[in-house]
Amino acid sequence: MVTNITSFGRSGLSDWLMQRVSAVVLAVYTVFMVAYLLFNPDLDYYTWSGLFNQTWMRIFSLLAFISIAAHAWIGLWTVTTDYLKSTRLRVGAQTLIILAIFVYLVWGIQILWGA
Amino acid sequence: MSNLQVSVYRYNPETDSAPYMQEFQVDTKGRDLMVLDVLHLMKEQDSGLAFRRSCREGVCGSDGMNMNGKNGLACITPLSDVVKNNKLTLRPLPGLPVIRDMVVDMGIFYKQYERIQPYLQNETPAPAIERLQSPEERDKLDGLYECILCACCSTSCPSFWWNPDKFVGPAGLLQSYRFLADSRDTATRERLTDLEDPFSVFRCRGIMNCVAVCPKGLNPTRAIGKIREMLLADAT
Repeated sequence: MVTNITSFGRSGLSDWLMQRVSAVVLAVYTVFMVAYLLFNPDLDYYTWSGLFNQTWMRIFSLLAFISIAAHAWIGLWTVTTDYLKSTRLRVGAQTLIILAIFVYLVWGIQILWGA
Repeated sequence: MSNLQVSVYRYNPETDSAPYMQEFQVDTKGRDLMVLDVLHLMKEQDSGLAFRRSCREGVCGSDGMNMNGKNGLACITPLSDVVKNNKLTLRPLPGLPVIRDMVVDMGIFYKQYERIQPYLQNETPAPAIERLQSPEERDKLDGLYECILCACCSTSCPSFWWNPDKFVGPAGLLQSYRFLADSRDTATRERLTDLEDPFSVFRCRGIMNCVAVCPKGLNPTRAIGKIREMLLADAT
């Protein structure tokens, strides 16, 4: 057993499962978005904001935001542990990444519920 | 027939400040020799050339090396499989410290092997006869027990290059699954608990370099997938 404290779920198994589940959520969200844009070629502000005013769309979007946050944390954490050998550099990079993810997540929620 | 051009990695830490490549011209007399035979012909030209070999028939796993960019056992790799444009480049197994020339320090590789406790553990009292297995239970060990620990797989794995102290590596994980799959072993839960961190098993990204180079035709990636399935089944 190798100890780790900055990985997303502190466990390789849960990170691995989370990475796959979040990937499926993001894939479904992407397909939905692309399909929606293709089927609404004359998209205007009212249709677009109407879509995001519906509760199910907000839940779906928030799920996608949380998924991308978890996905990015797990993926980038792995990259830093592979390539950054200096502990100071690695912990610094991990802190920056996690902070950025947090900021983007809160910002995303604000946009989603702010309108 | 022109001579085979061989470029070989040389490094003697007692006399050389840095490793270098030495060029050899080897007369193969037109035969499709094994790479190990070529190394012996080179040793006749320069007796200082150091490499490991023992059984010379792909059983002992001593002469794992990198031949024209691909890991394999020199003794069972014919020149026709690796030589391109009459050139052969020989390097030690990547990622391990070099002791001298083609001889690498396999310490960290064995340490990972030791970590997975490669021996049968059974807490039930030993029966008067052998612990019996059904033919089906025995079949599960096929493709696992044949590993000769030559390290060709683990040293071709980037995840092992970057984290050799934390990622068990394909060879160790194949052996780990060999004991997880054994019906006579009762330490399954303890074994799985030791593997669930983000490095030991999960640093495998499934690029299958290990499968591509295994001289025994084994499939560590499949074994790693089975370990993941067991971990998932145990923890959900």
